[in-house]
Amino acid sequence: MVVQARGAPGSPRRDDPNRALAIKLVRPRVSVWERLVTIWRYRDLLRGLVVKEIRVKYKDSFLGFLWSLLNPAMFILIYYIVFQKVLGSGIPMFAIFLATGLLCWNLFQTGIMGATGAVVDNAGLVKKVAFPREVLALAAVGSASVFFVFQAVVLAIFLVVFRVVPAVSYLGDALVGLVGLLIFAGGLGILLSGITVYLRDVRHLMEILLQAWFWATPVVYAFELVATKFAAHHIPTWLYLLNPVTPAVLAFQRTFYARTNPYSATSHSVVHSLPSAGPLWYFWGVLGLFVAGILVFVVALWIFGRLEGNFAEEL
Amino acid sequence: MSATAVEVRRVTKIFRLYQEKFSSLKERVIHLGHTPYETFAALDDISFEVEQGHTLGLLGHNGSGKSTLLKCIAGILTPTRGEIAVRGRVSAMLEVGAGFHPDLSGRDNIYLNATLFGLSRREVDARLDDIIEFAELGPFIENQVKFYSTGMYARLGFAVAVNMDPDVLLVDEVLAVGDARFQAKCLAKIREFQQEGRTIIFVSHSPDLVRSVCDSAFVLDHGRLVGGGPVRDAGTLLTQLQLAGSGLVSSPITQRELASPGPRRVALGELRANGVAVEQPVVIESRSALELRIGVVNHEPRRALVHVEVALVNSQGSSVLAVRSVEMDLDPIIVHATTTILVQFADVPLAAGIYQIQVALSDAADGELLDRRQWDTALKITDHHSGVDGVVTTDVNLFVE
Repeated sequence: MVVQARGAPGSPRRDDPNRALAIKLVRPRVSVWERLVTIWRYRDLLRGLVVKEIRVKYKDSFLGFLWSLLNPAMFILIYYIVFQKVLGSGIPMFAIFLATGLLCWNLFQTGIMGATGAVVDNAGLVKKVAFPREVLALAAVGSASVFFVFQAVVLAIFLVVFRVVPAVSYLGDALVGLVGLLIFAGGLGILLSGITVYLRDVRHLMEILLQAWFWATPVVYAFELVATKFAAHHIPTWLYLLNPVTPAVLAFQRTFYARTNPYSATSHSVVHSLPSAGPLWYFWGVLGLFVAGILVFVVALWIFGRLEGNFAEEL
Repeated sequence: MSATAVEVRRVTKIFRLYQEKFSSLKERVIHLGHTPYETFAALDDISFEVEQGHTLGLLGHNGSGKSTLLKCIAGILTPTRGEIAVRGRVSAMLEVGAGFHPDLSGRDNIYLNATLFGLSRREVDARLDDIIEFAELGPFIENQVKFYSTGMYARLGFAVAVNMDPDVLLVDEVLAVGDARFQAKCLAKIREFQQEGRTIIFVSHSPDLVRSVCDSAFVLDHGRLVGGGPVRDAGTLLTQLQLAGSGLVSSPITQRELASPGPRRVALGELRANGVAVEQPVVIESRSALELRIGVVNHEPRRALVHVEVALVNSQGSSVLAVRSVEMDLDPIIVHATTTILVQFADVPLAAGIYQIQVALSDAADGELLDRRQWDTALKITDHHSGVDGVVTTDVNLFVE
């Protein structure tokens, strides 16, 4: 260590002034790569925010995180009664079919809704502390994935109770789908969190959009149902697959629901629920989601960077 | 050679001032493309460098851009043009305890706050004991922050900020919170940082605090650097600040009437200092004589018996020199139609700076306030004896025995 005497006489200087110190640049434009590096450096903050969100959410409630399970449980019960008993969709083990798709969809929806308001809701922080603001949106997606884990545990219990054997060979597809969905939700969330600062309506808009999006995703009904309708009208099926959430949902259903052409629960016929293709077909789908997710993420970071400069004033 | 810790290169920050803020989609569509706003340069092409281990003060009145500049250096605001290079870890104390979550315990908030500043959990683990000790919260560290008193809150916030091991510390008026003992502790910590050769940028509108803490200071006015230099040159600096703050450069002296409006029996008239009407600042050298001639007008046919009070008030608002005739064992002053009261100071032992003169008249019989007035920036005291600092000044001899 070099001790130097400068300025006030006799005051020892801390270190060698030429020691390597990271130089931080504050300037109008920051490259996407630098943004990624900064987000990675703040990964402990991301974790801390996720823990905070979950702790605060159910802090003073008696049932705690059980609420996050009761909500989808109620949903499944209602849909089971309406679609299976009243409308007679015929999908056997409908509850598990529903739970599997819903697991994916809830991750996406909770993450996006949380992320959309993330920057606006944390205005106090954004105005007073310098940190990568993208982390706020990512934390929303992060806490959504914690609830995903809770719900996955419940699904696992369902599978054991109803003796459903997952299709292990498709597990890889489900995993790639999950990662792809997380990246996609993270990117979209970052983008929306930035836009919401300027247009507060986006939150309401997303509530409506996500409803439409939910019905455009094969969660309540079977994919094959739509695919046959599309085929009958000579519409290519891949159009329906453009919904990035669909490949993930399909991969999950193929893995955990695991029946492609089961016998109907209501009549003596076969229900075409999922494409009876091999793991590779599903893989192309989730790979598409993965690539789209990365693209959206990079574009979102770029746009967010342009929006971010005025956050502290706009809030 | 000492390295540069902070380099501000031609930084401009332009704010948009909206007459009305349109942040809903409907309003955006309606006002598409022509949202009425004016631009306003909060920072105008500012460049400077801060050496490592140096403590820089940023002085300026409200709205001069000093806080905006600090926020830009901290990275909270992004400059519109230009860039800022900061070497090493920055810790910004813009508001003590910003980012605390009321529902979390003190301990959890330490982790959350420190990671917000960019520390990893492992780094927080290593500092946790120091932070808790500095905050002096004892067992309350496990309590939810929402049950903390303001003082406890401030202590915890400051404890986190100073234990970040920052290479560059940015401080914005945060020392105003907390009790005197805590303030002393914070200042001691800042001195420790200086000893350790850390870089500090200190924003304040108190020249005294800046003088006691900083090596040098810049004065900002309307987003521009209007002056600066070593704080030893405090007289100049003070004057620059006050000239910048008072708007005196262009507009004439302000004279405010402080007593309640309405007709007065006895009123104050013109004020003359050393024979000159106080319309421009009257310049005197420190420790020279000052003679004030206070004009008094009696609107009633009867003579009035009054007492007078004269005070010289410095830029911090402290009355540094006050004279009360009621306490001088004098007979009441008899005021006929017009009378001039003479107040002679043999010498004014005040430090260089700009002073306000306040004059009050009260009824000698019942003490009722008859009239009160202040002349802002009435007196400018210059001092060419360098090396003596403070509120007052005197001749100092320094020997080696």
